[in-house]
Amino acid sequence: MLKARNQTGLIFFPAYDWAISPTHPEREERLLYTQDQIFEEGLFDIEGIRELKAEVVDIEDVQRVHFCVPDARSVMTESHFISAGGAKTIGRARMDGLVDRGFALIRPPGHHAMRVVHGGRGFCNVNNEAIMIEYLRKAYGIDRVAIIDTDCHHGDGTQDIYWHDPDTLFISMHQDGRTLFPGSGFSKELGGPTAAGTTLNIPLPPYTSEEGFLTVIKKAVLPILEDFKPDLIVNSAGQDNHYTDPLTNMNFSARGYADLTALLKPDIAVLEGGYSIENALPYVNVGIILAMAGMDYSFMTEPDYSPQRLYQGSSITETIEKTCEQVLDTWRDRENIRIRMQENVIYDQRRRSVFYDTDEIFETQNETLHVCRDCSGAYKIDSSADNGNRILAVHIPRKACRNCRDMGYKWFEETDMESYDMIILQNRPEDQYQVRKK
Amino acid sequence: MIIGLDVGGTHTDVVLLDENGLQRRIKVATDASSLFDAVFSGLTHITRDIPADQISHAVLSTTLTTNAIVQQKLPTVGMIVTCGPGIDPEYFRTGEHYYLVAGAMDHSGREICALDEQAVKDAADKMKAAGIEYVGVVGKFSIRNPAHEMRIREIIAPMFEKVFLGHNISGSFSFPRRIATAFLNASIYPVHKNFFEAVKQSLEQQGIDLPIYILKADGGTMDFDTSIDFPGQSILSGPAASVMGSIAFAPPDAETIVLDIGGTTTDMAVLINGIPVLAPHGIEIKGYKTLIRALHTQSVGIGGDSVVRVTGGELTIGPDRSGPALAYGGPEPTPTDALFVLGKAGEGDRQKAENGISAIAKELGLSTEQAAQKIFDQTCRRILDYARQTVEKINSKPVYTVREALHGHRINPTHLLVLGGPTPQFAQHLESISDYTVHMVPQWDVANAVGTALSRTTCEVTLFADTYKLEASAPEEMFVQSLKPGFKLADARQMAEELLKKKAIREGARTEDLETDLLEEFEFNMVRDFRMIGKNIRIKTQVRPGLIHEYRQIAEKIPRDPAC
Repeated sequence: MLKARNQTGLIFFPAYDWAISPTHPEREERLLYTQDQIFEEGLFDIEGIRELKAEVVDIEDVQRVHFCVPDARSVMTESHFISAGGAKTIGRARMDGLVDRGFALIRPPGHHAMRVVHGGRGFCNVNNEAIMIEYLRKAYGIDRVAIIDTDCHHGDGTQDIYWHDPDTLFISMHQDGRTLFPGSGFSKELGGPTAAGTTLNIPLPPYTSEEGFLTVIKKAVLPILEDFKPDLIVNSAGQDNHYTDPLTNMNFSARGYADLTALLKPDIAVLEGGYSIENALPYVNVGIILAMAGMDYSFMTEPDYSPQRLYQGSSITETIEKTCEQVLDTWRDRENIRIRMQENVIYDQRRRSVFYDTDEIFETQNETLHVCRDCSGAYKIDSSADNGNRILAVHIPRKACRNCRDMGYKWFEETDMESYDMIILQNRPEDQYQVRKK
Repeated sequence: MIIGLDVGGTHTDVVLLDENGLQRRIKVATDASSLFDAVFSGLTHITRDIPADQISHAVLSTTLTTNAIVQQKLPTVGMIVTCGPGIDPEYFRTGEHYYLVAGAMDHSGREICALDEQAVKDAADKMKAAGIEYVGVVGKFSIRNPAHEMRIREIIAPMFEKVFLGHNISGSFSFPRRIATAFLNASIYPVHKNFFEAVKQSLEQQGIDLPIYILKADGGTMDFDTSIDFPGQSILSGPAASVMGSIAFAPPDAETIVLDIGGTTTDMAVLINGIPVLAPHGIEIKGYKTLIRALHTQSVGIGGDSVVRVTGGELTIGPDRSGPALAYGGPEPTPTDALFVLGKAGEGDRQKAENGISAIAKELGLSTEQAAQKIFDQTCRRILDYARQTVEKINSKPVYTVREALHGHRINPTHLLVLGGPTPQFAQHLESISDYTVHMVPQWDVANAVGTALSRTTCEVTLFADTYKLEASAPEEMFVQSLKPGFKLADARQMAEELLKKKAIREGARTEDLETDLLEEFEFNMVRDFRMIGKNIRIKTQVRPGLIHEYRQIAEKIPRDPAC
């Protein structure tokens, strides 16, 4: 009798009536063959696997994470509300004990969406995982969360959202940013001065194969997770490391993804990218589902799978081993790194530019963090986009000290409106989102 | 005139109908060990003194195949299975003679592994040597490309009496369900064929030459010849019979829950504007999950004969039945006995009922009358709880498009239609404790047979079209056609509609009954290397389950009360 060892919940929301454009990789057809494979395998009939219905996410859930300019409804389509809602549903099912594990096969994806959102970038508008996590923190009181991003592209949006959060461990493994969008995710990117070391990047050379990915999981990710002791492990499960993916240059396989999932044992996996819609996604997704459910996936290989052809050269192996060592060193040394970064600094400034490739918007940000010794620190972002919008975004973190709360209020209330369209306060301790307009 | 015959667990109900309504009704006892007698005597009684040419046809709903599966009285059959990557197919083994042979198609119907014809021959030899006569052949993704299934049949057909191919059975996905469905079809084929051939023959000997139709689980009918190729469709037709018997009396513009309150169970179904809701996949029986289309019915363990107990000071009803009510000589108190105590039941041993209920009353610290009222009330409330759950289950079905998720219609029934044994008593109380408007189905105790008689022939067609390959195919129909460039969704819709009508007529439908629905319609741009190369179109259509044309007005012509 076929039975899931772990009660596994699945959300399947392929958004069959949404596309960025008719021939865009992020189009209606993307999960069609995956659906066919899932249905043909009869996965939803297996005892212990249950299909859940995606809810529509609330504006409040989005505002807990993002500053949307001019507002959430303008940067989100209906699909985004349901896709994020799907992640939320699976998170709730996990916390309510309805399921042991959950996998949200949703589109559109979200891991390139940052704290401030002016539009779509890297096919993403809002961050599904962050919206789910912050909802769970509020509704269920969980604290420490680990996000392991296994998409081939650096999860720069998730990194940005959790850059200053020492309670969220974000590890991204991805194709080296020198060779792929978004061009970031280098090992020196560690998080801000109050949270350094809980952001970790593991860039991988092109043509990394099963051996390389599983090495990273075993040698770096698992030991760090054991140390961090998260309440919840979330996997941003992009599937574009596959050897047939048209946008990337990696050599990962369906079997490899299943092995990775079996090792990582995420509580929740959320689909991100993956654009080899016929030759990878059907097999990778079924492999991940079987692994999540604790079932036998030994028959789950691509028709043209050949381990010999995907063999990883020794120089790649060496590079990866070295990167793992570096990341482990950083992790172990994170307290010292934080002390060094905080030395003689009261306000930490970050200035950068963000390009929204989907909507062709160019944004400049000036971020000011209060480097606080009692909490992770309030911060404000002065964000102006070349479409004319300019906002001041003030974030008071979840566990802010009295001083940082007051500072946040002060920034929000006392900043001169003259140069801004809006001043927005994301007040996490009070779970409030307030907007000042001219 | 039309005959409707529904074999139930205890009674076989037979009705004779014409345009003016119900002409005859009889009930004969069902002897499970001899269904043939029940069917044959029912048919001969109902047709007595009626000239054969006055009767157009008979529709039968029996428990024959259902019982054969439940009691595992099935012959040994064989399966030949092919598949590519996925779950280990060994998990779907149906028995000793289950042969996996090399050969595979992918999700898009591309051959990814050639068929091992020698392995097919070897498997056939082994099955032949074991005396097997009926074989199922199933490939993963055979509905996208049936070439391997067809080739296997070509090779083995001369060696066996009947071969069932997976892609003919249903156009829906699910390899495990396809295996189970082909297996069940092969397994019940001989019992189904022999039984109905015997019925036909015996009737002919009596000078009654009637076209025979068989009721399906989806509330539609199929002619006898079709049923020989798809005997599986006759499984679990019983619940469908009652639903079809009630739809003529459902409000045409509201959502309704049908409650068939029986002795052991209450069967529930939902009607939207008088149209029954179909189950999302297929029927499940004895652990087999199938692709056999069925109405969405739910059977719950509460009925007139459910055992009433007091456990830990709490009153419980069902889910088991240990026999008829005490009043009818049964062993334990039941809700029916409560009705006797309340003076709401007819002939029976009221004293025995009172004795049983008073024992319950003592344990609860109530008077006998109070206990009876509590039992009856709790029975009704439980039924309403189950009804709510049934609706919730339909509403929680996941949807796959933005439009459906945002504007997804939630079913919110406002009416109850009650039929089955103790209908009037239940109907009254159900109305008093709920917000539903409650109706009784006229002739509630033979409504199932009326439904059987008046159901129209239904069927379903799935069409796949690929404007890049320039090919359309309907797996169930063995239909493959090349397409002209410029083929569009509207063309596909029309093609599916034509195939559906042709199929329905072939299986016994009449043109005036071809009320069709588009169940699914998807059109996807297929893009390769960032270039649009064509469209992937999928259409599923059905003949909607419903009543035959000229009998639609019959509701007004059927007298309310059972006496006729």
